[in-house]
Amino acid sequence: MLEHLLSPAARKRALLLVLAVVTALSLVACGEAEEPESPGEATPEPVEVTNVILASTTSTEDSGLFSELVPAFQDAYPQYRLDVVAVGTGQALEIGRAKDADVLLVHAKADEEQFVADGYGVERRDVMYNDFVIVGPGSDPGGIAGTDDAAAALTAIAEGGYTFISRGDDSGTHKKELSLWEAAGIEPAGDWYLSIGQGMGDTLNMASESKAYTIADRGTYLSMKDRIELVVVVEGDERLFNPYGVIVVTDASNPEGAQAFADWIVSAEGQDVIREFGVDTYGEPLFIPNTQ
Amino acid sequence: MQVFVDAVVTAVTLLFQGSAELWNVIAATFEVAIISTVAGVAFGAPMGFVMGATRFRGRRLLIALTNTGMAVPPVVIGLVVMMFLSRRGPLGFLGLLYSVDAMSIAQTLISTPIIAGLTAAAVASVPYKLRLQARSLGASRIQEALLALKEARLGVLAAVASGFGAVVRGVGAVMMVGGNIEGQTRVLTTAIVQESRKGDFGLALALGLILMFITFTMNGFLTWYQHSNERFEGR
Amino acid sequence: MGLALRAEGIRKEYGKHVVVDIDHVEVAAGETLALLGPSGAGKTTLLAVLGLLEKPDAGQVFLDGRPVSSKDTQARMQMAAAFQSPYLFKGTIADNVAYGLKLRGIPAARRREAVAEALERVGLSGWESRSALTLSGGEAQRVALARALVLKPRVLLLDEPLSSLDPLIKGRLTQDFARIIHEDSMTTVYVTHDQNEAMAVAETVVILRDGRVVAQGHVDDVMGLPPDDWTAGFLGSEPPLAGTVISSAEGLVAIDVGGPVVYATGEIAPGTRVMAGVRPEDVLLFEGTADIPRSTARNRFQGTVSDIQLWGVMYHMVVEVDGVRIASRVSRASVREMGLAQGSQVQVVFKATAVRVRPFDESGRLDRDE
Repeated sequence: MLEHLLSPAARKRALLLVLAVVTALSLVACGEAEEPESPGEATPEPVEVTNVILASTTSTEDSGLFSELVPAFQDAYPQYRLDVVAVGTGQALEIGRAKDADVLLVHAKADEEQFVADGYGVERRDVMYNDFVIVGPGSDPGGIAGTDDAAAALTAIAEGGYTFISRGDDSGTHKKELSLWEAAGIEPAGDWYLSIGQGMGDTLNMASESKAYTIADRGTYLSMKDRIELVVVVEGDERLFNPYGVIVVTDASNPEGAQAFADWIVSAEGQDVIREFGVDTYGEPLFIPNTQ
Repeated sequence: MQVFVDAVVTAVTLLFQGSAELWNVIAATFEVAIISTVAGVAFGAPMGFVMGATRFRGRRLLIALTNTGMAVPPVVIGLVVMMFLSRRGPLGFLGLLYSVDAMSIAQTLISTPIIAGLTAAAVASVPYKLRLQARSLGASRIQEALLALKEARLGVLAAVASGFGAVVRGVGAVMMVGGNIEGQTRVLTTAIVQESRKGDFGLALALGLILMFITFTMNGFLTWYQHSNERFEGR
Repeated sequence: MGLALRAEGIRKEYGKHVVVDIDHVEVAAGETLALLGPSGAGKTTLLAVLGLLEKPDAGQVFLDGRPVSSKDTQARMQMAAAFQSPYLFKGTIADNVAYGLKLRGIPAARRREAVAEALERVGLSGWESRSALTLSGGEAQRVALARALVLKPRVLLLDEPLSSLDPLIKGRLTQDFARIIHEDSMTTVYVTHDQNEAMAVAETVVILRDGRVVAQGHVDDVMGLPPDDWTAGFLGSEPPLAGTVISSAEGLVAIDVGGPVVYATGEIAPGTRVMAGVRPEDVLLFEGTADIPRSTARNRFQGTVSDIQLWGVMYHMVVEVDGVRIASRVSRASVREMGLAQGSQVQVVFKATAVRVRPFDESGRLDRDE
């Protein structure tokens, strides 16, 4: 090795390398020195792209909304690259507390307000809402189809012992479900109540396979409708509405990017993207923009 | 750093409190791991033995397939098993999806090639002349095979341990076909995924520590057994 | 005594490579046949075929005149082998020695007796409960021999049983093995690449080269009179001398080998063309001018040292006598004392009884008169 380094050929190569580096450096130096003299010739400086981490939920991701939202945002703000981390609501808030995300788009209003009150978020703004539906097998063994009282429907399921699948993952959907059981005055437990700790898609698949009832956000349900054997049995109860909020994380690593996203999604432009999403495919919007 | 200390405390507390939920998860973990390891041995060990100790047409192809099987991601196996067991799948009438049985089937498909491949390697490492020696003392083909298996027993044991390890720490397949149903098909790995999704990293890590403790105990036992054998063999 | 083991037309290939291709080998009952040859000559493969451990691609093995094959369990049960590496099984020495007995369904009590007896024969009395895998090379080899002996096989197969041992242990074990094999007049096939070992244990020898037989016959004949240059080189001697018998009287024949006249014992009609050879160990060298006391050594020649090489502990020397090359083994001390070097004048002396003679033929095959 040493001999090799010291061989004449190697020395020559090393010398050439040093020369090349020196030449390159001097050229750069000259270029810099010359720059002030000809400012008019400078090309427009390319935008430096920084990334903005958006923590959101798996159900939002599964709905496909981000595939519209992200390109639209980036067209408006080419200086930002929006990276979406889709996790459970609980984990999304946790990521926000750890400042591993810059901005959050989640749907658990009480927790979000607590998050801001604790100082982890700058401000919460309404973005949109979607609604939940209670779905079940077409045969509807509990005979609850047609009602618009979600709590009454759940009571019927529990009393009949019909299989109900709970996401059980601390997600917004799970929290919504729990609030409905509370409204019904039932502590869900027993062989009929399966808590699976998984995402919306998995839960719907399992409900379909197991001929069970579950609660789902309409968007995910519509996007999977053709592949599963479940029908909507309860909808329209106000308690099934699911508001989404956007929160800029306090001391985010990219505060400008985070703020830009939050401002954009509540702007007319962002709200239009939300309003149009899903209409082509399902004939109805999946999310209703509701920024005041 | 505090997060890790908390996790250890949580893990110990969980174990000592012995909540029914945790024991259900541990029981399901063992049930699936043991069933799929035993089944993996039943299918994989003879297969591995035949691949390692005999010569036949198609042997190389079989070995290549086994090696591929060892490398197939568990989620792919889970997906295929799910498609078979789904109500729309060919085996849907069995109604097995989202059950411990379904998980055991998927995990057996994972453990079998591992056990077969490693058994084949262990048996192939028994010198041919040792088998020739047994033959020359009057051993039949089967007796010769049993001797080779006995000679390779540490390697075979390691193969079984690897199979067990793969199924006990596997997550992709069991999540897909088991469904992580609380009190039924929830095992340690799926519970970890779930708790981390919920943002309860401490609990997730605590469950991870319990899982590590199980595999550590398992490997400790194996190492002890190997060591005591080596001492006897003077190697 | 008849033939215990015979094989005809054995051929074995691995892929396209012919490993063994021989017309005929045989072992008389109670005798030991050495399969001698360099590594890669096909010795072990031939042994495996003779021992019914591997199926030949062609040919037939006969045990006591009966055609047998590797499927013939009864025939296989009459054979037992020990290999170069002892290949002891995990377990105790007793487990190892009893292995074949167990396969034969011998009851435990008789197994214990037989194991104890076999261990005694190989000099390991009372070693039953030791672990088989903690033994030294020599001990392990003794256990491997006991494991085969305990079966009292009709044919014992030994594949280089001593070649991985160090010289001291090897020397002692060679003696022990030779004694044990001959005690029971066991029929033995003994594979080795070491001619000394072959001479110590065997009555007959087959020399293999590239899977073919280049010489076979009684050990003394083959060693004393190698059929061709390659075999002579392999055995460390000079090629045999071609000559013509010029007189034969009182059990002594004089052979003109193209210059010198060599005396050998026997009765061969004058005018017969013969081949003659002498082992280097039987050839003594003296200083050219030394006054050699009269002795029974009939062959005395003046010659010139043409080649001198140190082979281990002895010098290998080639002396030219009137254009005829004769090899000799000389100790290092003698070479120093006599100041031997290339070109030294020496007297070459050997007994008539040390000279091997056979009828002249080109085939390279030795036929021994029974």
